[in-house]
Amino acid sequence: MSRRTSPVIPGFGLTLGYTLVYLSLLVLIPLGAMFVHAAQLTWAEFWAIISAPRVVAALKLSFATAFVAAIINGIIGTLLAWALVRYSFPGRKVIEAMIDLPFALPTAVAGIALTALYAPSGLVGQFATELGFKIAYTPIGITLALTFVTLPFVVRTLQPVLADIPREVEEVAACLGAKPLQVFRYVLLPALLPAWLTGFSLAFARGVGEYGSVIFIAGNMPMKTEILPLLIMVKLDQYDYTGATAIGVLMLVVSFILLLLINLLQRQIAKS
Amino acid sequence: MSSVTLSASASANAARRGNQLGRRVLIISAWLVFVLFLLLPLFIVLSEALKHGFGTFFGAIFEPDAISALKLTLLAVGISVPLNLVFGVAAAWCVSKYAFRGKSILVTLIDLPFSVSPVIAGLIYVLLFGAQGFIGPWLREHDIQIIFALPGIVLATVFVTVPFVARELIPLMQQQGTQEEEAARLLGANGWQMFWHVTLPNIKWGLIYGVVLCTARAMGEFGAVSVVSGHIRGYTNTLPLHVEILYNEYNHVAAFSVASLLLLLAVFILLLKQWSESRINRLKASAGEE
Repeated sequence: MSRRTSPVIPGFGLTLGYTLVYLSLLVLIPLGAMFVHAAQLTWAEFWAIISAPRVVAALKLSFATAFVAAIINGIIGTLLAWALVRYSFPGRKVIEAMIDLPFALPTAVAGIALTALYAPSGLVGQFATELGFKIAYTPIGITLALTFVTLPFVVRTLQPVLADIPREVEEVAACLGAKPLQVFRYVLLPALLPAWLTGFSLAFARGVGEYGSVIFIAGNMPMKTEILPLLIMVKLDQYDYTGATAIGVLMLVVSFILLLLINLLQRQIAKS
Repeated sequence: MSSVTLSASASANAARRGNQLGRRVLIISAWLVFVLFLLLPLFIVLSEALKHGFGTFFGAIFEPDAISALKLTLLAVGISVPLNLVFGVAAAWCVSKYAFRGKSILVTLIDLPFSVSPVIAGLIYVLLFGAQGFIGPWLREHDIQIIFALPGIVLATVFVTVPFVARELIPLMQQQGTQEEEAARLLGANGWQMFWHVTLPNIKWGLIYGVVLCTARAMGEFGAVSVVSGHIRGYTNTLPLHVEILYNEYNHVAAFSVASLLLLLAVFILLLKQWSESRINRLKASAGEE
């Protein structure tokens, strides 16, 4: 594989220039405009907006539900990826194709479908009602919607890595007397963890920002089931652009710090 | 010696038995996730849509507002996907065919829209082009409307789908290297000939795959479009927004009818995706044999 700069192949200036101009005009300048807009606030004003109880409650809810959903997907996704890569069974191809449904299905459709299923009188929700708890219109419902829309991330990042681990490696370990848990701990986990973390952080980032699938099932009660993106929407509807911008900046900064930490963790693992 | 081999084969057998059990548990749980988590929502959309029969179902779909929402969605997809297609090819080209400083930063920037909330994607364009925005007053003087109109919807859709094509193409083109292009050049092809006759046939299926994913997201984008559209019925309503309006009006059957139209499009997209993916795998397999 040749990776050096090839003087024979034309188009470097054209493609790099186009890429940079396109990204600047559509992504970087608009995002920068948000920070410039936020910079019109003093620190005290900014702090007053983001430390309002309603904002803090939404921040906690958004990050907590996205985190739990990403963890659930980390578990379900690993099981699914394992079953799809390692075993052939009836229906494997159908399941394999349908794993991406949450990516293909518009989030609003997912939102109303999940609400219809898990509302107190819904097909599944009625059982929860009998047991005395609610799924829709609570943080459980939000977590459920986020788990649905981010389901493919962990499966899709783990699949190629799992397929690359030769089965013989595990068999050799077993023959040398390793117990199944030991095989998992010393053979599979080190190979899978970096990809798992990538899938996890993709799911987490998507979950924090997700809007369409959540607002139907959330119930959207301030302080209780109001997510951060919805709060931005509420501020915009009240023409409070400054408030919306401050929350937007807060959300981006917190997300990037978390993604950076996950990235550092990944590097640490890759080193050891 | 023999006792060592015996115990080794015994533990391998035990592991195999454990594997049998694990195998069954995993396959059953895969099926459970599939049925409960993926099939059930599809079933509920269709059953709610057809609750009052096909008459009301088609009534909701062929209603003028729904038709104009469908047209707007197709128009937004038709503009934003080609834009990101050209961008994706250009970005993948410079990232995969050349070595230069700052490449990893560029790749991070290309992926950036994935980790930005769609609502923020809408918000930034409102801040730029809205009435109180940076360029808002100038736009009003020249009678150009971006927010609450088609350009805003297209901009928001483009933003959230920027990375899709580039992301699919970059690993594919990196794997293919530059030798074939170099050969074409040395044999006297000019830049465009090299691209059309050598590069494009090589990346064709990856390109289709990226476009399919991009189309799916563009068609269903909700949060970003919701911020910039202004929800003007029959004018700036896309299909997903139309579903929301119907749902919030407690017109559930109509909402689910329009939703099932989007669902059918999603299933069609999944089929296209599966098809292009199998072609990519076939190409990879034949490349491996060489």
